Amino acid sequence: MPVLYTADHEWLRIDGDVATIGITDYAQSQLGDVVFVELPKLGRQLKKAEAAAVVESVKAASDVYAPIGGEVIEVNDAVTGDPTLVNSDAADKAWLFKVKIADKDELTGLMDAAAYEKHTA
Amino acid sequence: MDADNTASPLNRTPLHALHLARGGKMVPFAGYEMPVQYPTGVLKEHLHTRASAGLFDVSHMGQIVLRPKSGKVGDAALALERLVPQDIVAVPQGRQRYAQFTNTAGGILDDLMVANFGDHLFLVVNAACKAGDEALLRKELAGDCVIEVLADRALLALQGPKAVEALGRLAPGISAMRFMDAGPREVMGLNCFVSRSGYTGEDGFEISVPAADAEALAAALLADPAVAPIGLGARDSLRLEAGLCLYGHDIDAATTPVEGDLVWSIQKSRRNGGARAGGFPGADAILSQIDGGASRKRVGLRPEGRAPVRDGATLYAHTDAKEPIGTVTSGGFGPSLNAPIAMGYLPISHAAAGTRVFAEVRGQRLPMTVTALPFVPHSYQR
Repeated sequence: MPVLYTADHEWLRIDGDVATIGITDYAQSQLGDVVFVELPKLGRQLKKAEAAAVVESVKAASDVYAPIGGEVIEVNDAVTGDPTLVNSDAADKAWLFKVKIADKDELTGLMDAAAYEKHTA
Repeated sequence: MDADNTASPLNRTPLHALHLARGGKMVPFAGYEMPVQYPTGVLKEHLHTRASAGLFDVSHMGQIVLRPKSGKVGDAALALERLVPQDIVAVPQGRQRYAQFTNTAGGILDDLMVANFGDHLFLVVNAACKAGDEALLRKELAGDCVIEVLADRALLALQGPKAVEALGRLAPGISAMRFMDAGPREVMGLNCFVSRSGYTGEDGFEISVPAADAEALAAALLADPAVAPIGLGARDSLRLEAGLCLYGHDIDAATTPVEGDLVWSIQKSRRNGGARAGGFPGADAILSQIDGGASRKRVGLRPEGRAPVRDGATLYAHTDAKEPIGTVTSGGFGPSLNAPIAMGYLPISHAAAGTRVFAEVRGQRLPMTVTALPFVPHSYQR
């Protein structure tokens, strides 16, 4: 499954018309120890680029922006129960929420792994 | 994710190279490039300080000497009393006291430590305020005192239950100091000013050392396996758990010492009926608040849920109240409590411990309980 990245350090794994969304390992390393995660409500209709979730470290709160529009169809309760998952496994187990993609055209402009690596270099 | 890449010329402390060598993540703070954390991270740095000993670089803070022109330290103390509501005359040689510079409205211009070094006073002031403090001292006290800013000294804080052991290896006899003792001491043969104090709620020391020797002293302290370098992130969570004010947030020019719940720091001799009552900026406002009460005060706040409530969040009496009653001035996560904590201002009617209020966070009203400070008991060695 292709993984795409935003300039704001979110990742999306695309599976058919469902996108699984998280923050990148680079993002968690910049944030530091994560102590709280707030996820969007199930059924919420997200617009691309709106604040969808919040990841908080000891020091600060950071918004996670929806990298694509659509309905929230699943959220990861494991990560709200244990926010340190974001630090230990940002790219996989600490996925945040899944969206039913409303418009696949919104995927254009997102980065692939190589482009994202350059972005954070 | 948000990023802030503001670039501006920043000052560096004498420990800058050491911070980089230790992997410190450098951020701008009060005009200085300071380590916010090391690779260990804020949580572990915080817990290490409470369990063992943490070394903090606080060289960005201002160190100022007030030398009395008369040669009598009591004259410098009397002069300084014109700017602070504290009894400075009564501070004995070898002791220090917490104080505030006030403005004519009774607001706090800065908070500081004042030590009596026998023939002069030694002041430690906040980094962000030090230029203003120096200007104030020169304007108001130049007739009585020679004012020297000690720009060629670093300031280290060694905090935690193992601080006394670690410093004792380099400065035999240092354990004889009690909380708030302060004076010149030899550490590793270096000409230092040591106080048994700090800003974490833990036992510990602050050590002023000549800039040229700072890195050697820091390295010697860090050679002790009990001592780890700690960044500003953990310094902030430690002082918040200890219920201590961060200037510019929990106290500022618009809050009086009474509103800031700092009345304990104003001795009876400066209050109405005292031997040297008043005579400092804003005395009318501050003394009448001591006698008659202020309308609001700084309180501790515990969010009932897991979500941290940050600086700036508005406080309400009810979930559906339209008018705010207060504001959060510091807020975050307390690693020792494994829970979010905050401080803020509330009207006296809502300031009693156990009162429930609501903070607005991302459009929701989150319940918080007014809680006695400190959140974590102090372990000062009195």
